[in-house]
Amino acid sequence: MSDAAARAPVRLRPRSAGISGLAAALGYLIPSLAVFTVFVFYPLVKNVQLSLYETSPLGGLGLFVGAGNYVQLLGDPAFLDSLRVTFVFALYTVPAGILLGLPLALLANRRIRAIIVFRTAYSFTIAVSIAAAALIWEWLLDPNVGVLNYLLGLVHGPKIGWLTDPRWALPAVAATTVWKDLGFNVVVLLAALQGVPDELMEAARIDGAGPWRIFRSVVVPAISPALFFVGVAGTIGVLQSFGQVNILTQGGPVGATNVIVYSIYRNAFFNFRFGLAAAQAMLLFILVLILTGLQFTVFERFVTYQ
Amino acid sequence: MSGQDSPRPRGRSPAFSKARRPWKRTVVDRGLDALMIVLGLAVLFPLLYAAATSLKTPAEVNRYPPTLVPRVLDLGNYTAALETAPIARFLLNSVIQSGAVTVGQLVTSALAAFAFTYIEFPGRGALFFLFLSTLMIPAEVTLIPNYMTVRSLGWLNTYPALAAPFLATAFGTFLLRQFFLTIPRELWDAAVIDGCSRRRFLAAIVVPLARPAFATLAIYAFLSTWNQYLWPLLVINSQEMRTVQIGLAILQSQESVSWSLVMAGIVMIVAPTVFLFLAGYRHVVRGLTAGAVKG
Repeated sequence: MSDAAARAPVRLRPRSAGISGLAAALGYLIPSLAVFTVFVFYPLVKNVQLSLYETSPLGGLGLFVGAGNYVQLLGDPAFLDSLRVTFVFALYTVPAGILLGLPLALLANRRIRAIIVFRTAYSFTIAVSIAAAALIWEWLLDPNVGVLNYLLGLVHGPKIGWLTDPRWALPAVAATTVWKDLGFNVVVLLAALQGVPDELMEAARIDGAGPWRIFRSVVVPAISPALFFVGVAGTIGVLQSFGQVNILTQGGPVGATNVIVYSIYRNAFFNFRFGLAAAQAMLLFILVLILTGLQFTVFERFVTYQ
Repeated sequence: MSGQDSPRPRGRSPAFSKARRPWKRTVVDRGLDALMIVLGLAVLFPLLYAAATSLKTPAEVNRYPPTLVPRVLDLGNYTAALETAPIARFLLNSVIQSGAVTVGQLVTSALAAFAFTYIEFPGRGALFFLFLSTLMIPAEVTLIPNYMTVRSLGWLNTYPALAAPFLATAFGTFLLRQFFLTIPRELWDAAVIDGCSRRRFLAAIVVPLARPAFATLAIYAFLSTWNQYLWPLLVINSQEMRTVQIGLAILQSQESVSWSLVMAGIVMIVAPTVFLFLAGYRHVVRGLTAGAVKG
């Protein structure tokens, strides 16, 4: 018993632990894998397939058109315009979200009594759904009874149809989005600020740096990963905006707020052009992948990690 | 994360205070205090004003100039909202959906995270990567096929359609695994020596120890499911199966309905998440910053 039994397990372990380990692990992984297979991996493949076909109104595969749907999209002024709208929307939303979120996070990082009250208040919009946010803002933006036009009226400003004027609809939807996302930005930036070592700022202060200099040369570089994360995650989130558009403008007026996900929704579930909508979704996917890739590669070099 | 609400001594944020003379420091600090209050009210204004308006009488709602604070508190908008739309039913639907998704994610994520932490098997790295890859796939890409799947299963207008696609999450698996990795390895070694089975170790040791991580995942899962919009909009057409977010549209779409009534509806559907947010602020923060910030 002594010799063989002592050596055998050692020699056999890699293989037998491998097989039995895999079997045991699968027992724990199968629930997740089953859900992912049915609702993530299969639909991903199915979506690629749909995007290569003409589809029946019920979503059945018709004629194989290869890249046809993609070619049609990239030559379609309406789709290109929806891409343009989406980018402008991101340009309105993401920088504004950071410019408003950073000062709030800086203030929320002060060490004063009851700071938790302020932190909660500044990040409160996390608790609000996009549907509720959109409805509240629809009311604030109402041309007749809305607060915004009331305030404009006090300074004898014009009465603006925020959601019906093609010039104002996209900025108005963007304002709603900025407000809704503000809580998230504050939370992420505040967490980053809390990670900036006091010694770093102390050293800068001893060297005679003023508040602005400390902010620019110490704080911003130290939290640059978080700033970058908010920028990229914010852009990805904005590219996927739907609820606020569906509630506030339904893509209008005259396509002024027809962001890409709204356009996918219309094509698939109103025009029943599932193949075309699937191709649109693939193009959105590629955009998101590029942004994610950017996050992992290019900017890693420019962003300061500790 | 640890500095979230640690009771630090009262003092100034280093970024804002140079060596100033005491009186000047006080003035600047008071100014910043006031600024913080003003900004807090500004951020919360849409919500506070909505809540205030939901308590106004119809006469006061139409008053010009508008009043900020209602003169008499009137619950009429709430009873009217409940009569206009079956909000109680919407709330029940959302509780069932969010509850099922939360429980499902806790179970599937705990099991998967346990396998990734405690079991050595060939392909572990690859499978973990496969899990994480699901985070990079935007929901829009799977939207149309998932709608077709649910439809072909005959699940349209049912709870399974609302919950099933969200019963597993790579985010939750990642979050729990990060926590499991902090549990001392000696516990596992001791359990193995004592002949404790994996299942028992998970149930008796890991789950109780990882309660904070479970709380984070639970709050995050409930909040995000409660606030879903696009998916419920697609798979639910019948009035009585609507979730709260989709149900709100009923209040808005009726021409005769006043904004104050809509605001009452909003207060009712936002209240659960507000309570959850206030009670679990730390968990919400931890959930949102997991993977966002290093350290």
